[in-house]
Amino acid sequence: MNIQVLGSGCPTCKKLFELTQQAVKELNLNEKVEYITDVSKIVEMGVMSSPVLAVNDKPVIVGFLPDIEKIKNLIKKNL
Amino acid sequence: MDIFYPVQLFAKRISFGIEPLNFFIYDSIKIFILLAIIIFVVSFLRSFVSPEKTRKLLTKRFPIVGNILAALIGIVTPFCSCSAIPLFIGFVESGVPLGVTFSYLISAPMVNEVAAVLLLGLFGWQVAALYIVSGVIIAVVVGFILGKMNLEYLVEDYVWKIKAGKNNFEDKVTLKERLYQAYLYTIDLVKKVFPYVLIGVGVGAFIHGYAPENLLTSIAGKNNLLAVPIAVMIGVPLYSNAAGIIPIIKSLIEKGLPLGTALAFMMSVTALSFPEMIILRKVLKPKLLVIYILILALGITFTGYLFNTIL
Repeated sequence: MNIQVLGSGCPTCKKLFELTQQAVKELNLNEKVEYITDVSKIVEMGVMSSPVLAVNDKPVIVGFLPDIEKIKNLIKKNL
Repeated sequence: MDIFYPVQLFAKRISFGIEPLNFFIYDSIKIFILLAIIIFVVSFLRSFVSPEKTRKLLTKRFPIVGNILAALIGIVTPFCSCSAIPLFIGFVESGVPLGVTFSYLISAPMVNEVAAVLLLGLFGWQVAALYIVSGVIIAVVVGFILGKMNLEYLVEDYVWKIKAGKNNFEDKVTLKERLYQAYLYTIDLVKKVFPYVLIGVGVGAFIHGYAPENLLTSIAGKNNLLAVPIAVMIGVPLYSNAAGIIPIIKSLIEKGLPLGTALAFMMSVTALSFPEMIILRKVLKPKLLVIYILILALGITFTGYLFNTIL
């Protein structure tokens, strides 16, 4: 399994990365959240807005900052 | 009756007859209310329009129709300069013409909801509409011209090598989630923008109350032809303060700054931003970046002259 946050390094992207790390911790998962700033990876995933949260290489959040509960739900659902 | 009449009464009551303070309280409260309502509505509506969906609309169209569509979509789609690169690559990769992509890239940041709210609140709907309509026209015309110049060879080579994924991202969200997401976004944006509004309205109130009448008529009036291009140039490095600049502009207009010059200045602040150019440099070769900036700056300057002449 992998959890990735992709973004171009903007403040919103960093915030999503931090929230995701916290969500993983609160779910007691032993996963490392990867932070990718290479924007071509975003395009290769088939989406165009930043930031992106991807679980197992599938984008689940695109282009906005959700709250932590939504992140937790999406991680649980896509594990 | 003005729907902001109660705010007006309140501002008058607590400003103890100090006119600039009255001005400051009234404008701040009014803009705060408008920002909260309009941003909430826009971000809710925009949850139905994603760039991933719009790109399909833009690939196969007649030249100018594509530009018009792109500029209109640019008004409603979310845009933060951090999305500019994936968006540019994603558009170009999937076959959206370069000129159409530029129309979108110009309209998205220039015609944004924060600028619209401030113009609506401080200048009334006529000026807000004038700004939006001319912004869309500039985006269409500049994008069309750039498209006609066949500049594809000036896009960085790696852009063409990226293989866009076919991952059809389909976000199944409920109405409740959309509303909640719009609410989160509104709080976040108002928090970010409002300090600038307060500073802008504060400086504006000071100018309103204490700067001499006709301060700018002689140096930046309609007769000074250099005023528009200079205003456009000053606007470039001021990106992050767009929210703070419009209230100041309002007071400068009272002191003799012509509306056309003021509009050109605001467009330059929002569309020709320095941070965005640095970001665009990642996908455009320097020559194309310069051509893009020059044509856009010319378009904005021309619009400024036009409004100075006809208004």
